[in-house]
Amino acid sequence: MSESITSVQHQSFYNVRPGFINWITSTDHKRIGLLYFYSISIFFFVGVVLGVLMRLELLNPGKDIMEAQTYNGIFTLHGVIMIFLFIIPGVPAVFGNFVMPLIIGAKDVSFPRINLLSWYLYVIGALFALSTLVFGDGIPDTGWTFYAPYSVKTGTNVTLAVLAAFILGFSSILTGLNFIVTIHRLRAPGMTWFKMPLFAWSLYATAWIQLLATPVIGITLLMIVAERTLGIGLFDPALGGDPILYQHLFWIYSHPAVYIMVLPAMGVVSEIIPVFSRRRIYGYKAIAFSSLAIAFVGYFVWGHHMFTSGMSGPARIIFSILTFLVAIPSGVKIFNWVATLYKGSITINPPMLYILAFIFQFMIGGLTGLVLGALATDVHVHDTYFVVAHFHYVMFGGTGFAFFGALHYWFPKIWGRMVNQKKATIAFYFMFVGFNTLYFPLFIAGMAGMPRRYYDYLPQFHNYNIISTVGSWILFVGFLFMIYNLLQSARNGEKASGNPYRALSLEWQTDSPPTVENFDKIPVVTEGPYEYKD
Amino acid sequence: MNPGASNFVQGVDTAFIVILGLSFVLLIGITFFMVYFVIKYSKKNHPVPEDVKDSHKLEILWTVIPTILVLIMFYYGWIGYQPMREVPNGAIEIKATGRMWSWDFEYPNGKRSNILVVPKDKPVKLNLYSPDVLHSLYIPAFRIKEDVVPGRPNYMWFIAQELGEFDVFCAEYCGVQHSYMLSKVRVIDENEFLAWFNKKEDESQQFASIGEQILAQNGCVACHSRDGSKLVGPSFKGLYGTQKNVEVNGDMKKVMADDEYIKRAIYDPNAEIVEGFNKGLMVSYKDKITEDEIKEVVNYLKTLK
Repeated sequence: MSESITSVQHQSFYNVRPGFINWITSTDHKRIGLLYFYSISIFFFVGVVLGVLMRLELLNPGKDIMEAQTYNGIFTLHGVIMIFLFIIPGVPAVFGNFVMPLIIGAKDVSFPRINLLSWYLYVIGALFALSTLVFGDGIPDTGWTFYAPYSVKTGTNVTLAVLAAFILGFSSILTGLNFIVTIHRLRAPGMTWFKMPLFAWSLYATAWIQLLATPVIGITLLMIVAERTLGIGLFDPALGGDPILYQHLFWIYSHPAVYIMVLPAMGVVSEIIPVFSRRRIYGYKAIAFSSLAIAFVGYFVWGHHMFTSGMSGPARIIFSILTFLVAIPSGVKIFNWVATLYKGSITINPPMLYILAFIFQFMIGGLTGLVLGALATDVHVHDTYFVVAHFHYVMFGGTGFAFFGALHYWFPKIWGRMVNQKKATIAFYFMFVGFNTLYFPLFIAGMAGMPRRYYDYLPQFHNYNIISTVGSWILFVGFLFMIYNLLQSARNGEKASGNPYRALSLEWQTDSPPTVENFDKIPVVTEGPYEYKD
Repeated sequence: MNPGASNFVQGVDTAFIVILGLSFVLLIGITFFMVYFVIKYSKKNHPVPEDVKDSHKLEILWTVIPTILVLIMFYYGWIGYQPMREVPNGAIEIKATGRMWSWDFEYPNGKRSNILVVPKDKPVKLNLYSPDVLHSLYIPAFRIKEDVVPGRPNYMWFIAQELGEFDVFCAEYCGVQHSYMLSKVRVIDENEFLAWFNKKEDESQQFASIGEQILAQNGCVACHSRDGSKLVGPSFKGLYGTQKNVEVNGDMKKVMADDEYIKRAIYDPNAEIVEGFNKGLMVSYKDKITEDEIKEVVNYLKTLK
């Protein structure tokens, strides 16, 4: 074992070199994590407001508050913002940056300057995406999938939106690269692979997907730009291209990207449950390896997005069976999480509530995914509201709730103050009830045959849409109350100790908020991160 | 769920019941254990946690059992789907064209209709074509859906088993009027169908002139209004004989909307773009509308003052 290194500075990272310029030029992983957090939060809020407006428009058949073209632009922007600006970077860029180096006992990531560059790329990409609101001939109206040949033909500002996604891709690739090297090289002395916290494992699996899958979407999006601006016939049959080729290239990235979105959230779950159950996590190795299994098998299932595209019969059958296999490792995780509760000594608090809701909602999202993975049933519900409900259950009910759980859990570490538990609990219940009221009826609307991306709908779908829109109001109220409570807690909350939850992982073995170099002495690890005795 | 009205309904609905049934049991079972543990082993009821050793047996068990369950689901999904791609011999072949933003069904004898009329209990094959962007032909009551892909023929088939009218939707997003790209499938018995099929004119569509019929059958009016309202393309109302500002290769020009202009606009729609509208949304109708037909269209346009 190497000797411990003594830090010269024992000061909170907030107090050293304050000021806006020092923050946006800082290479401290904690500051970069927070830069991501604040920028992501702004875009997430915009995405939420767009979502609430969409639900308002869908309250009644016919026009409620906006024209069809506006609605099409808004659902596209809602998707682009939520996918590329919130859910993909969300957990890894915010909590991965802030917590991961701490949790493996490092002073920073391996390439701090590349880390800062990643944030700048994120901001530039985000500004490109938002600028489509004001520049060019209208908000892109293709949906976040940019399916050709519509995306080649439409007169709206698709080129700018596509370039935004291209730039954001580089932010993702560089973050992935940085995390892989950091996790390989900078773990604290004694932290073997199997003594590494599962949050780091999940980020490690995610990072490989970011690094290997993202370039495909970058190339594909550039091909769209080439087609739009130079008229090179790649995807538009009128120019000699093939629209199905676009779908293959798009989903070769975008399906693995689903696991970029959800794996880090699963890592968060694996951290929070043992701490508040006061028990060693059940099936550590099974959870760690299932992350790798998901990352690997996830590359080979993209075709299930295209079961009705006219793809060949054998291809459909092979993609269907592979899709069912990728469900297994997710199931294994759920069984191990629930087993961790067994014979524990459980405290229910806001982070735990969000995580339990994650398990419940992610299960609904995952199990309805089986309906979409099976050929006969997919043919019926593909491209209907069933799909909309399914991926919101996975992305929002799953990853979104895990993000809020992580935010409440690591709040004392990041801001040095405790969250008001009572208010946080009230906000949680509003969000839980609102979320399920918003999305559950949409499964039924989809099975009844309501296609997605519909500005207007037939009267038989009216009731589902009324319930869903009311749900969006409950959810939005809970969301605003959560923000209010977090802002209040950051200012007036009770001061947090270094380790308020008596947790064993390394991020809690330093001050709250952490000192500039994280640890006065680099810790030496002798046992696993979940060896709770009481 | 929808009323089921085709030969695929049973296979698809069985798959739904198997998958949703197994899923429901898993969801309720796991949620029950989760909530039960949270209460039974709460800090109050169980102040001292106990260590439980990992069990390889348990890990194998909850890997193998779900694998078997999902393979069962896969199987029902597969057998419910398999017949959808196996068209029986002797099916009536109908060319179904999805275009922005209407459906057109062309029968073997050349008869065209904007709703799909089919006989009960006879196999019907739809050959799917799109001249512009992706669409998807979706008949919820028949449990079938297949994308309509430009430049790449696709197909679907069914046997309608219930009389009546059922919704037809476009399920693949295709632009501003996507949610209005609706049609109906009307299932009638065979004799009625033969009578309808052999009758030259479709009594459901009354047209004042041949020109109007040509515009309706080619879906022109989905994008070009006849009352002056602005849709995706310029309105037909008051179009003929007026000056239009058009963009040609980036330069603005004034042109007279005369016979020649109408012909250019139909055969080469992206050469001159009327101010305030977008390029690329219309394809050439050179193969679909003859020069003689254009003369009829012009005569009709003259009446739209």
